[in-house]
Amino acid sequence: MNMVFFIATSFALICFVLAMCLSVYRMTTGPSVADRVLALDCMYINGMLVLLTLGLRFHSPLYFDIALLICMFGFVGSVAMAKFLLRGEVIEP
Amino acid sequence: MTDMPAVATLIISFLLVVAGFFALTGALGLVRLNHFYSRIHSPTLANTLSAFCLVVCVLIMASFTEHRFVAHSLLVSFFLIITSPVTAMLLMRAAIKRELQRSAKNQE
Repeated sequence: MNMVFFIATSFALICFVLAMCLSVYRMTTGPSVADRVLALDCMYINGMLVLLTLGLRFHSPLYFDIALLICMFGFVGSVAMAKFLLRGEVIEP
Repeated sequence: MTDMPAVATLIISFLLVVAGFFALTGALGLVRLNHFYSRIHSPTLANTLSAFCLVVCVLIMASFTEHRFVAHSLLVSFFLIITSPVTAMLLMRAAIKRELQRSAKNQE
């Protein structure tokens, strides 16, 4: 039964890393600026999923807190960049 | 993994495979679709579903290792469900505004 779990985590990790590679491709060759921000958003969520899977695999509760922090700060970064694209400045006076 | 029943291990493995499949589908849609307004839908939807599957895995695992119901991992899914549409909506508005600006500049 441990073998099934090992294969499943390996499959999930490979899928997440492939998804990160695809979003890096979209980030480098994106036609518009909003495409690049969207690809960065997709990439940080995939990195968070990789950390959650590693926490499952190594039985460590520490990875979950790191994943939560990445989730929060990635959202703040994406919103800041989208606000900059929308208005021209992040914090308005 | 030694103290977990086989059914729980099978459920966790199945949910992991589903999460990987949906994450890959979302990123593939990000690359393959041909316009930004159709491209924005695939990662926001697929990544939220994938994160939910993985969070249920973490919940089952933590509940079996600590011998009680541990629900703190649902926090990630809750936060992602709130924040993902906000980001998508702001990005859509930014793209619409920049496209209008570009078309106005071309008309002059």
